[in-house]
Amino acid sequence: MAIIKSYEEINQKLKSGEAVILTAEEVSKMALTASPEEIAEKVDVVTTATFGAMCSSGAIINFGHANPPIRMEKIRLNGVPCYEGLAAVDSYIGAAACNPDNPKYGGAHVIQDLLDGKDIELEAWAKGTDCYPRKHIRTKININTVNEFTLFNPRNAYQNYNVAVNTTKKMIHTYMGTLLPNLRNATYSTSGELSPLLNDPEFKTIGLGTRIFLGGTQGFVVWPGTQFHTTKPKNELGVPVTNAATIAVMGNLKEMSSEYLHAAYLDKYGVSLFVGIGIPIPILDVEMAKRVSINNSQIETSVLDYGTVGTPKLGQVTYEELQSGSIKIGNKNIRTAPVASLAKARKIANELKSCLQKGDFEISKPVQMFPKNTSLNGLKETEADND
Amino acid sequence: MIKKKYILNFPPQSGDKAFTYHLVKDYDIRINILKAEVYPGKRGSLLLELHGKKDNIEKGVEYLNNHHISCEPIDKRIHLEEEKCIDCGNCTAVCFAGSLTMNKETWKLEFDKDKCIVCELCIPACPLNLFEIDFR
Repeated sequence: MAIIKSYEEINQKLKSGEAVILTAEEVSKMALTASPEEIAEKVDVVTTATFGAMCSSGAIINFGHANPPIRMEKIRLNGVPCYEGLAAVDSYIGAAACNPDNPKYGGAHVIQDLLDGKDIELEAWAKGTDCYPRKHIRTKININTVNEFTLFNPRNAYQNYNVAVNTTKKMIHTYMGTLLPNLRNATYSTSGELSPLLNDPEFKTIGLGTRIFLGGTQGFVVWPGTQFHTTKPKNELGVPVTNAATIAVMGNLKEMSSEYLHAAYLDKYGVSLFVGIGIPIPILDVEMAKRVSINNSQIETSVLDYGTVGTPKLGQVTYEELQSGSIKIGNKNIRTAPVASLAKARKIANELKSCLQKGDFEISKPVQMFPKNTSLNGLKETEADND
Repeated sequence: MIKKKYILNFPPQSGDKAFTYHLVKDYDIRINILKAEVYPGKRGSLLLELHGKKDNIEKGVEYLNNHHISCEPIDKRIHLEEEKCIDCGNCTAVCFAGSLTMNKETWKLEFDKDKCIVCELCIPACPLNLFEIDFR
């Protein structure tokens, strides 16, 4: 008889403490000896996680109104420019924005400093209106003085990502870290079999409204992430072999911790934010059990040459090979290094597991599933702009 | 016999003297120069691997100190704020000496300072700016 579990049944088991929860790594090990049917019968939820630098991150902040009030038209937080095209004291600070006088300090650092309880200098300018007469303000804010402080990341948790190498004779600096010349290193950024979107590649359980672990608290998947691409090449198991889908996520920064959200400066590239995300995957049926059973030897990704225009593909490797410390491209063995923290991802997967076990975390059925068959447009240059 | 790396700093007046020669001749120490920045009349810095009898190395270090050359084991000059490290692995990507590696079980960063050759690539490669190397 086919095993089918509902979200309600699983939540009931979570509440009563009877649910069986494994991390994605644990279930991958279990799958070496257990069939998908056995896994579907025994396991209720599988926790997945990632902790990597995700540039497309940022925070919505409402500063509160001063007296007399100001309609902020140019805003700086510790010198970092914030978006001013919203209502009077609403703003969005992008993780990758940086202070022009100190390019190693950016929006991600402002977010982390606020999380850590530090004071931040807010300076804003305006033309002055009848209802908002003030033209300038300079003051200090912190996590307690602002009203809303909400993480809103338009693109996180990439479903797979490329391996970066450099065939040129010069060292290059990228968002995938420093790439040594002549193929002397290879960097990768996905947590492999623990990675959220690789465990549900068809988005059978992840969609709009999915409750997730985000930065140390509960957040939500709110939309498909930008550059959401479902039609990239896949292997025989249906898992994309390059960067594919993404998610947009939101959560209350006032409940988050810099343990799971950390500012970063990537040399000669710029500022980014390490974001900790954990997603619980309910094992609704045998199909989902099969999906979460996938292991590092079955997940492949593409090796791209970041030193050459167009980033040509040089090969395809598995996460088992990447995590072994060396991959082979042509006749050359290349030393590998991660640029995302598997240790932190494991910590998140275990923390989420513990929250689920305690009944503190309810799994949620998406209110709407993600679109299918999406692809991306490039940016075309019109003739006039090329003059 | 022991093998240990030291960072030597020469004051301006000592930059043109052949101290390494004396280490070899007088103290029977095999030296391997791994990195050198010498500016005659200004200052000099060396990374040396000293290979020899323990007491000979100690005497050699004392000889250098007596001539106003600071000589400290490499691990005293390399600092990583380990408690802030997030184990992302970016530093291991550039560490071709194999000093910084990821533990394949825990995926935590491991730092074997004895393997460091002070290439200093880890300093800018760390996204959290947690390395400090005092070579000069």
